[in-house]
Amino acid sequence: MTVTRNITTAGAPASARRHRGRAGSGGAAPWVLIAPFLALFVLTFILPIIVAIGSSFTRVTRSGLFGEAGVVTEFAWFQNYAQALADGNFVASIWRMLLFGIIQVPVMIVLCTILALLLESASARWPGFFRAAYFLPYGIPGVIATILWSFLYVPGLSPIIDIAAVVGLPLDFLGPSTVLWSIANIVTWTYTGYNMMIIIAQLKSIPAELYEAAKVDGASSWRVARSIQLPLIRPALVLTTVFSIIGTLQLFAEPQVLQDVAPAIDSQYTPNLSAYTTAFAYNDYNVAAAQSVLIALVAFLLSFVFLRFTNRRSS
Amino acid sequence: MTATAHTPVENDTRSLTTASDSARAARRRSRGHDSDRSAGRSPGKTIIVTVVLALVAVYFLVPAYWVVVAATKTTEDLFATNGFWFAPTFALWENLGRVISYDGGVFLRWFANSVLYAGVGALLATYFAAAGGYALAKYAFRGRDTIFGLVLGGVLVPGTATALPLFLLFSQMGLANTYWSVLLPSLVSPFGLFLCRIYANATVDASLIEAGRIDGASELRIFHTLGLRIMTPALVTVFLFQLVGIWNNYFLPLVMLSDSDLFPITLGLNNWRSQVDRLPEFYELTTGGVLLSIIPLAIAMIVLQRFWRGGLTEGSVKA
Repeated sequence: MTVTRNITTAGAPASARRHRGRAGSGGAAPWVLIAPFLALFVLTFILPIIVAIGSSFTRVTRSGLFGEAGVVTEFAWFQNYAQALADGNFVASIWRMLLFGIIQVPVMIVLCTILALLLESASARWPGFFRAAYFLPYGIPGVIATILWSFLYVPGLSPIIDIAAVVGLPLDFLGPSTVLWSIANIVTWTYTGYNMMIIIAQLKSIPAELYEAAKVDGASSWRVARSIQLPLIRPALVLTTVFSIIGTLQLFAEPQVLQDVAPAIDSQYTPNLSAYTTAFAYNDYNVAAAQSVLIALVAFLLSFVFLRFTNRRSS
Repeated sequence: MTATAHTPVENDTRSLTTASDSARAARRRSRGHDSDRSAGRSPGKTIIVTVVLALVAVYFLVPAYWVVVAATKTTEDLFATNGFWFAPTFALWENLGRVISYDGGVFLRWFANSVLYAGVGALLATYFAAAGGYALAKYAFRGRDTIFGLVLGGVLVPGTATALPLFLLFSQMGLANTYWSVLLPSLVSPFGLFLCRIYANATVDASLIEAGRIDGASELRIFHTLGLRIMTPALVTVFLFQLVGIWNNYFLPLVMLSDSDLFPITLGLNNWRSQVDRLPEFYELTTGGVLLSIIPLAIAMIVLQRFWRGGLTEGSVKA
């Protein structure tokens, strides 16, 4: 290292003090650069995860009628986890999300793939307008989207129900058997365009030579889509699917907002809603922490299984 | 460029070639695409595809259209007239006036809060992610792989899983129910750092850095003048992503905030909506507020979607 480092940049006096000790690896510069990110990452990711795991293994008992005789915190092994898993409603909410994901994620991925292929097929007019229209809902917060759709779901307010009634079709978007799919509709509406953009980006990276070769061979558009485009956008499809799986298990805003108009949604309808209720309605932070850890574990597990499954099929 | 003279990581030479490769590929791509578009288009197919796309567009635009119509109606008309068409009395300006003036202009306050959380949060998060990603890409230092591994794990941790424990942590630190409780978590974007590292690896030339060093520029100066400029396309994507992420966030502010003066717009509007059963006038406040809150974002989405295409998705997909 023969470079003279006269640190003149404002706001970085700390590097002047530290850089001497670490010659040979860029001195202190990389640490100065990464320090703000790292500090915040530790504060908002690492520490909360440690806190969550820690409190999921502890039990707080208050003695006396109002806890006035003292609070005892003790190590509880898997007691909180056992309690979370013994709660039939919590376990049911995880199964409900699995059912939701098995239907909603493939529907959305297929829909956004078809839209991306059609928009990139060059047979469509005004592709810019359509792309913007499909992408627009992504900019609308989930809560606002749910408020919007809830107005379209509520009898008396919804023009869709009115129109269907004229045709003699009674619609009930908020019944016990339909409300889950009404939520699925909101999620699909919000994220299809976003996933479509990821797929379009990958479609654009397919070398033109491949299309030209296919044209020389006289391949139809359908054949090009099946033999060239679909295999080559696989990474984008895997990525969007994994993010969708993780997102499904996190579902919160949509059911929470719809709760007021749909009596079928209870306070433990989704795993996250359940953890929220346990924490803030029952004030049992330890069990809520165990639930949060379980939700993250299931999300990890599903993503892992899905990745393994797709890897095996490709090799 | 001799192997011993400088610090950057050994795979820099590799990333150099991939960078020029991808630049060439991009040029090829844009050329190929134009020729693609002109060929193989039949009028019948164009009509069918366009009709299908238009029908799908109706689905995506219907809720937005409905709220535009609903915001022009009085509360009675909202229930009495067809939701997809305007009522005889046009009450849009009245409604919007009530939205803005209700409760001493609390709507504007929520809006300003959202702008603060999302704007400041996304700007700083992008800068921090850029600095961190650049450091991970361009320097070999001890602990580099550990840090990167941890951050990569962070990408996969569901945001809502950390919100509850974060609340417990922040309440102990006395930060809960303050601006900081929403702002601080918004300043971190593991995904952004991940992307910036890939992008810096592929585009920031090691010989340029070396040239900067020979000119006597400090490492930090090289990053600020050279690195940031070269990484701009990736930074735009990270910024937009973080901006939308914070703007749309609901769970974190819901858990953290109890003082409605600190609410972002998502929380505020839901607060209004939850009162419609008791006071029907909140229907008008909610629809008007939803309309006002969607307009800036809709414009932003349409204007910014072209920036969205590139960097982010390509980088993440390749990785």
